[in-house]
Amino acid sequence: MALLEISELTQRFGGLLAVNDFSVQLENHELCALIGPNGAGKTTVFNLVSGFYQPTSGFIKIDGKNTRGLKPHQVTALGIARTFQNIRLWKDMTVLDNIKVSQHYRLGYSLMDSLMRTRRYADREASIERTSMELLEFMDMRDLANEYPPNLPYGTQRKVEIARALSIKPKLLLLDEPAAGLPSSDVVELIRLVEWIHKEFDMAIWMIEHQMTVVMSLCQRIKVIDFGATIAEGTPEEIRNNPVVIRAYLGDENI
Amino acid sequence: MSVRFTIPTALCALLLGLMATAQAGFLGQYEVTFLCTMGVYMILAASLNLVNGYMGEFSCGHAGFMAVGAYVSSIVGVFLFVPDQVFGQPWLPMSMAPLAFPIILATGFASAALVGLLVAIPSFKTRGDYLAIITLAAGYIVKSALENIEAVGGPRGFMGMKKVVLGMEEMFPMSWMLLWVFGGVVFTVWVLRRFVYSTYGKGVTAIHQDEVAAEIMSVNTNKMKLVAFMLSSGLAGLAGGLYAYLIGFVNPASFTILRSTECLVMVYLGGMGSLTGSILAAGIFTILLEFLKPLEQLKWVAIPMLLIVLMQFRSEGIMGNRELSDVFPKLKRFYRFK
Repeated sequence: MALLEISELTQRFGGLLAVNDFSVQLENHELCALIGPNGAGKTTVFNLVSGFYQPTSGFIKIDGKNTRGLKPHQVTALGIARTFQNIRLWKDMTVLDNIKVSQHYRLGYSLMDSLMRTRRYADREASIERTSMELLEFMDMRDLANEYPPNLPYGTQRKVEIARALSIKPKLLLLDEPAAGLPSSDVVELIRLVEWIHKEFDMAIWMIEHQMTVVMSLCQRIKVIDFGATIAEGTPEEIRNNPVVIRAYLGDENI
Repeated sequence: MSVRFTIPTALCALLLGLMATAQAGFLGQYEVTFLCTMGVYMILAASLNLVNGYMGEFSCGHAGFMAVGAYVSSIVGVFLFVPDQVFGQPWLPMSMAPLAFPIILATGFASAALVGLLVAIPSFKTRGDYLAIITLAAGYIVKSALENIEAVGGPRGFMGMKKVVLGMEEMFPMSWMLLWVFGGVVFTVWVLRRFVYSTYGKGVTAIHQDEVAAEIMSVNTNKMKLVAFMLSSGLAGLAGGLYAYLIGFVNPASFTILRSTECLVMVYLGGMGSLTGSILAAGIFTILLEFLKPLEQLKWVAIPMLLIVLMQFRSEGIMGNRELSDVFPKLKRFYRFK
């Protein structure tokens, strides 16, 4: 069974057809890319997968479970984590708190526990604190635990956001333009980071990316969409030489 | 170990000191009432801070929740202990009053929390201005409902609570209200502090800073809003109950938009997202109200003027986002408030 199965997904916003008959299957531990020109509907696909919109038609299944009707936080609890195109860390919370709060779905204690400071509260808080620190340690960011995100360089903020997504222990990580706004030196580092994450954590990664160096050096399989519809699919090599893709990005020669 | 108990010890000492000075006659009726009013305002400010400060919503119907708590705990108290035209003979002897009083306050808390729940549900779909309008409307609904229920006196108001307090004083002559209000303030700060410092409660701050990110990072935003709203309105109900027994009389005119505005002024004066700020601001505000009494109506020109000046020069409030222990880090050595 596929980890993520999207079938004939269509999303309309009024008269706009944002996603048109989109289908894809992602297996465990795959590293795929979703590319396409601006406004092609890539982020809409991610928003549909993470439960922000309910699709007009078609379905999304995670481990065989249809996500229709689920709230985003419930989809996340199924093991889908994501990052955002423009970094959305909680600015007035420390890096550690950002990571702790993201484990809300498996806190395992109730309001009453937090007010009475029960044994369960103490145990769970300690366990969350420990796993968060371990994650930071593992990602070599232990010394950033008590920093506030706005005080960090942009590339580091991006890394913190990825760490926050990893704290969910996802089966599938959605990266929405991870290289956007990064200087070229940081892009190299990002490629290494994603590669390393993919090796160390047992999960699939699906990314939207405009920078072809990132896509071509990381992904095993690429799907290209334009105007909400799939126009090509294949290995990096196939995509690079596909005339339909070149036309979508660069326009028609004859014009 | 001795360090750990500093805060409870200090609180006990403060309470004992207050009670002893009141008992020895150094604090008259006026001073006791003044201190109790200050305490009620502290509860109001701190509880509103949870929604307006920590969660970043704009609720301006706090007086409505306070009214619910005030009326319900008044009715329960009078029903149980005072012979009344409407409710008939008392159900319990007056000697039970000191024991039953926390339960009376709890009914006020619970009923206000329930009304908070009803107001919270429409807040899922709206934010900002719209939520402000909903809470404003809810405040008015509560007020006009109370004005039209004859059984609780309609616009004339409801009384009889003084008899319960007098009954307690007959059993043991001391300033019972000072004790209850002190307990209420400590309870409020205790509950709010534990809530906002737990990873669970920090979900509320996450909603404030980026609701989309909160939802996507597995925070059940609807449930968090519900919990925060209920906690905040419940504590306002507690303040209402204490207020009712302190004054001995409640009427709908005590819970107008002006009262909600007072709560807002205290929250923004003290600083959003700071419990110490709210407590401090409530103290300052009550003192100001008392000192400006000779100005009569004009004090409602003076206080808003003060707020304007504050917003011009220190828009984050007295404490900003910080607590006392952030301003004086050395304090952390002395207390571990768990």
